[in-house]
Amino acid sequence: MEQEKIKELSLKSAEIKLGALEAVYSASSGHPGGSLSISDILAYLYFEELRVDVKNPRWEDRDRLVLSKGHTSPGLYAALAAKGFIPKEDLKTFRQADSYLQGHPDMKHTPGVDMTSGSLGLGISAACGMALSGKINRKDYRVYAILGDGECEEGQVWEAAMFAAHKKLDNLCIFVDFNGLQIDGRVTEVVDPTPLDKKFEAFRWNVIVINGHDFNEIDAAVKAAKACKDKPTAIICHTVKGKGVSFMENNVKWHGSAPNQEQYEQAVAEINATIESL
Amino acid sequence: MAEKIATREAYGDALVEFGAKYEKLVVLDADLAEATKTGKFKKAYPDRFFDCGIAEGNMVAVAAGLATTGMIPFASSFAMFTAGRAFEQIRNAIGYPHLNVKIGATHAGITVGEDGATHQCLEDLGTMRTIPGMTILNPADAVEARAAVEAAILMEGPCYLRFGRLAVPVIYDKSSYTLTVGKGVVMSEGKDVTIVATGIMVAMALEAKELLKAEGIDAAVLNIHTIKPLDKELILKAAAETGALVTAEEHNVIGGLGSAVAEAVSEACPVPVLRVGVEDTFGCSGKVPALLEKYGLTPAHIAAKAKAAAALKK
Repeated sequence: MEQEKIKELSLKSAEIKLGALEAVYSASSGHPGGSLSISDILAYLYFEELRVDVKNPRWEDRDRLVLSKGHTSPGLYAALAAKGFIPKEDLKTFRQADSYLQGHPDMKHTPGVDMTSGSLGLGISAACGMALSGKINRKDYRVYAILGDGECEEGQVWEAAMFAAHKKLDNLCIFVDFNGLQIDGRVTEVVDPTPLDKKFEAFRWNVIVINGHDFNEIDAAVKAAKACKDKPTAIICHTVKGKGVSFMENNVKWHGSAPNQEQYEQAVAEINATIESL
Repeated sequence: MAEKIATREAYGDALVEFGAKYEKLVVLDADLAEATKTGKFKKAYPDRFFDCGIAEGNMVAVAAGLATTGMIPFASSFAMFTAGRAFEQIRNAIGYPHLNVKIGATHAGITVGEDGATHQCLEDLGTMRTIPGMTILNPADAVEARAAVEAAILMEGPCYLRFGRLAVPVIYDKSSYTLTVGKGVVMSEGKDVTIVATGIMVAMALEAKELLKAEGIDAAVLNIHTIKPLDKELILKAAAETGALVTAEEHNVIGGLGSAVAEAVSEACPVPVLRVGVEDTFGCSGKVPALLEKYGLTPAHIAAKAKAAAALKK
């Protein structure tokens, strides 16, 4: 990718991080760690890849994105705000009683959300249904889903993996946010879902392993996924939970807790410093 | 004697019939197409039939994804493996986003017979009834099953359709019967007690009426094909006019029609409500007639409860 493009995507990723942190801080609740680890993936998808129309969120030929790891909605909402689907100031209403920004994504009330999600394992199956519909109706849209590594402990993920490969859903591409941490600790210590690449390969997927914070690698993987025929693609993304905020990085405590004022201000300062350095 | 057809048979035939009329209709199954009768649709429309294998949770959520794109998916398996096993997927992927998915659940109740308790779903009306916005249709015969399938296609939103394995008497005339979702059917007028029946118990309720007549009791019979939304108006009218109700369903007495009727009546027109159903126990293997007798699902049981309900009137 061109350097200018990488800089633009880096700025968008920082904007998504700031939005996600603002949402979680305002709510005093939510999931910052896994929102930060997918910010680069979200920036790439919304500002380089996805064929969407902010004026017509329900456009039937649009590309779809299902956030199967729905708890990281702050990242998704911040991306939707950066893209222009929702007003940025609404991020402050996240998780409040009258807000349309639910704790987990709600397709009925949030423009740009393609599928209600949050119960782990459901999203990848729904993405399979969208991809299957694309095949039935000969549409050229693509379907993306973002899964967690811990989510891959859900049996339904593998039901869906078997289904997608068997139905040759090459219009489906999933990202697995392999940050190595889940609520109860390291994924390798809770119930080890690895090797994720070998598992998806065994399920007859096209598998690409990348650094999920490197836009060149994300770009190459997405292009390879689009070129792959007759197989769905799984992009296993090595990521850092809490990416971009020093005290959140690789710390499971930040899976599902909100920063206090001092921590929030420090986090914002760190992201802003990153922006300055770009 | 009336012709006997299983409602699952009518379900399969209806899918084929309406598949021609509604091009967005697609059918999913979980390796039970021969039993659920969706195999008929598979034969007629192989490009619109998707076997999902033995993975019901995935099937239900795949159906949800299909519905987001404007398709009308029927997701089929046994009641136990949809409303039971895939309850959470139905609740979160279909019910909560109110997606236009139809669950075609066959082999409901103890009339599954020899397969026994693991396959005899007696809880589905209960689990489905607790999902906001879920429509539940429980047809009484083959004619009503066909009508229920078309009604489900024509309505927007999630719908659970309950079908049986057993061949049951055809009680309606196909050329004249129409089904309105949420509107019960007065099968027979009466003044002493009302039998409120659903599914395969409707035909038995009509037989029970004859048994009661011999004892000088004049029973009304209602067919409640829509468990949700419940036709409260009709049920409350029956409560007011006859002063006692008996519900009859092939389901646990907890959670299904009996519960729904008792809830409605107790809030607006309290009268005695006795329930005929499986008495909070699991089923077992056996021939269907023996099971119906063992679990108290016969015209004689309905008549006895109706008599008792009438006697409770003030």
